[in-house]
Amino acid sequence: VAEPRPEATRHGAGRVLIAVYAVFALAASARAGYQLATHFSAAPLAYLLSALAAVVYVVATAALATATPASRRVAWAAVGVELVGVLAVGALSVLDAEDLPDETVWSGFGAGYGYVPLVLPLLGLAWLHRTRPRR
Amino acid sequence: VITWLAWATGLLSLAVGVAALVATVRGRRIDDVQLLGSAVLELALLVQGAVGVALLVRTERPVDGVLFASYLLTSVLVVPLGAFWAVGERSRWGTGVLAVAALTTGALVLRLEQIWRTGG
Repeated sequence: VAEPRPEATRHGAGRVLIAVYAVFALAASARAGYQLATHFSAAPLAYLLSALAAVVYVVATAALATATPASRRVAWAAVGVELVGVLAVGALSVLDAEDLPDETVWSGFGAGYGYVPLVLPLLGLAWLHRTRPRR
Repeated sequence: VITWLAWATGLLSLAVGVAALVATVRGRRIDDVQLLGSAVLELALLVQGAVGVALLVRTERPVDGVLFASYLLTSVLVVPLGAFWAVGERSRWGTGVLAVAALTTGALVLRLEQIWRTGG
């Protein structure tokens, strides 16, 4: 069995994973940009969390697609933050709806996007683990 | 948007996406038929994009222009970007990327039609 090289991160099933990450990078960025540009003052916390989600997805997409040892470390961090983010914002949106009056991609654990935002970081971590360089 | 054109592009996206999904499951690499299907889909999306811009400029109804225009722009970009990312992968997973791109486009067209109908 050949040792996985860092480039393995962006090939095979990782190709599709990165494509899905790119879709969410786009969706979250567009949503955050629109919210911040049109009515930021209405719900600053929700919109800042939207912006955070957008940054996390953009960084994760770029880091996974770059697929070097250094970018893989960035990807681990970004996907980790993503998992914490979707769990924390999901819980907050369910328990305390008043503090989050408007939607982010992570609201309701990503229910508005078919719960893909909840599953995606788990797949991301599993893929990073599977393609880790072994010696 | 024009309702029948939105339906046509939406269903075409779905067809290309499902075909690519089936091909992925069957372990097929991207072939000429899939690329041709994606090209036809992109052509339809570009027509819809041009029509959408023309309608948005002329309409007297209160449609959220920024929202509509951003969905319109995204709807023509996803398939070419997806195809570019897909052809770099000579395995079933390249076909999988095409499936993601086409199904995402279907969702965008659905939302586009909704924004046009309801205003935002």
